[in-house]
Formats: sequence, structure tokens, C-alpha cells
Amino acid sequence: MKLVVAIIKPFKLDEFRQGLTAIGVHGMTVTEVKGYGRQKGHTEIYRGAEYVVNFLPKLRIEIAVASELADRAVEVITSSARTGQIGDGKIFVTPIDHALRIRTGETDSDAL
Amino acid sequence: MGARSLRAARTAAPIFVAVVGLATPAFAAPSDINTADTAWMIVATALVLMMTVPGLALFYSGMVRKKNVLATMAQSLAAVMIISILWVAFGYSLVFAGDGPWLGSLDRLFLAGMTMDSVNPAAKTIPEALFMLYQMTFAIITVALVAGSVADRMRFSAYLLFSVLWFVFVYVPLAHWVWGGGFLGAMGVLDFAGGLVVHLSAGVGGLVAAKVMGRRQGYGTENLSPFDLSLAVVGTGLLWVGWFGFNGGSALAANSRAVMAIIATHLAACAGALTWGGIEWSVRRKPSVLGMISGAVAGLGTITPASGFVAPWHGIVIGLIAGSLCYWACTSLKLRFDYDDSLDVFGVHGIGGMTGTLLTGVFATAAIGGTSGLIEGNPQQLLLQLYGVAVTLVWSAGVTYALLRLVGAFVALRVSKEHEMEGLDITQHGEALQ
Repeated sequence: MKLVVAIIKPFKLDEFRQGLTAIGVHGMTVTEVKGYGRQKGHTEIYRGAEYVVNFLPKLRIEIAVASELADRAVEVITSSARTGQIGDGKIFVTPIDHALRIRTGETDSDAL
Repeated sequence: MGARSLRAARTAAPIFVAVVGLATPAFAAPSDINTADTAWMIVATALVLMMTVPGLALFYSGMVRKKNVLATMAQSLAAVMIISILWVAFGYSLVFAGDGPWLGSLDRLFLAGMTMDSVNPAAKTIPEALFMLYQMTFAIITVALVAGSVADRMRFSAYLLFSVLWFVFVYVPLAHWVWGGGFLGAMGVLDFAGGLVVHLSAGVGGLVAAKVMGRRQGYGTENLSPFDLSLAVVGTGLLWVGWFGFNGGSALAANSRAVMAIIATHLAACAGALTWGGIEWSVRRKPSVLGMISGAVAGLGTITPASGFVAPWHGIVIGLIAGSLCYWACTSLKLRFDYDDSLDVFGVHGIGGMTGTLLTGVFATAAIGGTSGLIEGNPQQLLLQLYGVAVTLVWSAGVTYALLRLVGAFVALRVSKEHEMEGLDITQHGEALQ
């Protein structure tokens, strides 16, 4: 099992979700986050007072998938979240040791 | 009126005629109170009160940080609560009862002697009680305006004390000098709805207060961006509509002059908003919403003394000048002199009030307000206006400074560093926005 964590532009969420549903990923956790990478921030001006805003709003999405599905999921995320502009985000893939569905007690791949 | 009294006469039985016939000699001076004027002035009074709460409360609190939103609203609320009572207690009497050059009298302390039929010589067609109430709303908003310059850092107790003293020693004398029969009004200085009394006095008071209080922590280094400008937009809308009562009501009657004042007011707001937004668009590549609403309020503040004296279309010219000058004051002048006027009370209201008062001397049109300005060949008026500006500037600046020093000797003006970091909502009022 793999945990795929994707940081994406907020307005790409719908495409992202549709793409993953199509390949059989049926759950995800979405968090509104702020951060910066190469894009850095932007400047806001209020009556002449300039503020550099370093942290830009993004979505952090976590999905847990069977190991054999992980590469396919990464491909779908990449194609659905890409605009080609700076700030499209990143994907991190890490192994999962153990998983459990709280309601039924099912474990590992049955729990995904 | 004619139709109604006719109907009354027809329905009234002969007994009534007899009673009225007997009673008439008792009324030595029949009241000239006009119901149309009275109705309009009741509405105008409500409109001007609405400018402070919720208008100014929203306009100001939308521009501060989230931790200071409630505290900023509390300052507007406090002005309504306190100044209303002081106005009835002695403010009205000192401003509008008696026309001595310096101050009114104590004849109307706690409204003593005010009856159902009494009128003030300044507004003979509406009840004196209504005139008193209308003028009360002006005193309230003037005091509330000052608070914007010290937003984010003034201790609430110090603000209350300062507000009471500022009302007594700055607002009351100025209002009497200009509107209550005092020396400025008697000389012929024109101020239709408060360019000097309201905007310049509050703007200069705010500037001095910002200087005395010092800058906010993090000014120039940290991000002090507004919590929610949409609140400020709603506030601006309420101010804008309320200003119809502020300037239109200053005609003190439901007449053409009131309407002319309202048109000039509305056009100045539009032109001010367009100008400020337009300058930003060309200089910064984007027209900001904060810029547009700032320009609208600048236009409104600037037309205030002129409305009722100038032709409606002058509102466009005055709004254009207001938008440019106030933009410059908020973005360049403030940086050059390095004061932290948090919400630009001086940049918008001070500069606006000053500019508008001077422009009244330029554009005054005899056909509207009975006085000619520079353009109609009366340069003397511009000098009078300049004199009014100078007196207001010196008085408001000097007295505000002295009052802040006095209050500061008894209570700390500023909250502690820790409390400033934590926010005034929780430290001054024990509440917070979640």
C-alpha cells in the first residue's frame, strides 16, 4: 500500500477527483493549506502599503492506494493537476505499514 | 396643507370653531413648523446615525486585522452611547443656544425650556427637538471618525476619556464657531455640512493622535493587511447613502437646495471612486476595491462643505480633485512624514475636508446657496475659507495634542506590547472572532 500526498492548485480539485474516481480510487482526504515552493509568494497593496505574502493557498490531498495502483494514480494526478504554470504543486509517495477500517475492523488492502 | 385644513374646517363642528376662535389670541407667535420639512429631517437624522453604526463601524473594522475587529466596532458604538448623552446634557446648549462669538449658553442644559413648539432660529420650520437630534448625529460621527487613526493600539478606557474631552474642547467650540452663530460663521466662512467641523477637525485630530500614540508594532515590517474588505465595502455603501441625509439634511428643509446638495454629493462620490481606482490602475496595473471605496469616501468628505453652495456638476470636479489629492496623501505624504495613521483619517477626511472647504470658495454659486465664489468673481470668499481652514487646523491640532497629554498623564494611552500582539478584541473586551 502507498500513501500518495499531492499539493495542488485549489481550482484543480474537481478534475483531480474525477480522474482518480475513473481509475478506481474511491476515497481521499482534502485539507486547505498554505505554503510556498519555487513560486514564492505574491505582493498585495493596500492604499500604498505593500505586503509580500509568502504563503499561497493550496490543497493537500491524501489518498491511500494498493501498491500496484500507485504509479497509475500519480500519472492521473499529474495530468489532471497540471497547468504548466509555476505553482502546480508536488506529489509525494510513501509506503503504508498498516491500514484499518474503524467500523468493520477490516485491515490493509481490504480497508482501502 | 390647504386641502387638509379645508377638510378639517368642514368636519369640525361649530363648537370647534368657537373653541379655536377663543383660543387663538393665546398663541402670540403661531409656529411655522412645516410637516414636510419635519418628515425629511427625521429621515435625514436616521440616515446620519446609520453612518456611524453600522456604516463607519463596518468601514473601519473591515480594514483592521481580525484580532481588532470588535474593538474597532466598539469605538463607533461608544461614540454613539456617550456623545448622545453629552449632547443632550450640555453639548447642544453650548453649540446652538445663543450666538456669542465663542460659545453658546447654558440655557438648554438637559434641554431645559425646549417645548413642543419651540424652534431654533437656524431652522424655524422644524421642531427644535428634531434640530437638536439631527445635530447630535454629527457630533457622534465626528468623534467616531478620529478613532480610525489610532486603531489597533489604543486602550479602550483611554479612548473613552479622550473622546469625552475631545467632544467638549474640540467639537463643541468649532461647531459653535461655524454653525452656532460663532465668529467663523458670522464672518461668512461657508461650511454646508461639516468640511471644517467634522472632517478637517477629525482628520487633524487623528493625525496628531497617530503621532502621539506612535506606530503600530510591525508597521513597515509585518503584514498588516485588512481582515475583510467586504465589510468595508458594505460600510462604504451605508456611509454613501447616509451622506444623502448628512448633506441633503443640512439644508434643514425638504427643498430644492437639499436635492441639489444630494446630487453634488452622489456625483462627488462617483468621481472620487473612479479617480482613485483609475490612478491605481495606471500606477499599479490593478484597480483595487479598497482604492475605489477610499475614493468614494474621499469624494463624499470633500463635497461635504461645498454641497448646498455649488452646482450639482461641480460635484464631479470636486470628486476628481478629492480622489487625486487623497490618494497622494495616503500613499506618498504618509510615507514621507512617517506617521502611522492606521485607517487614513487624515489622508481621507483631513485632506478632504480642507480641500472641500477651499473649493467651496472657488465654486460657490449664488443661484444655489446665495453666495458667490472665486469663479463668480468673489475672490474674497476663498480667503475666508482659507481662514476657516487655518483656525480649524490650529485649534484641532493644538487641543488634541494637549488632551492626549492630559489623558496620558492619568491612564496609559496604548495597550501593552503583549496585548497589542494578542489583539484588542480579547484583551480589551474579552471576546474574539473565531
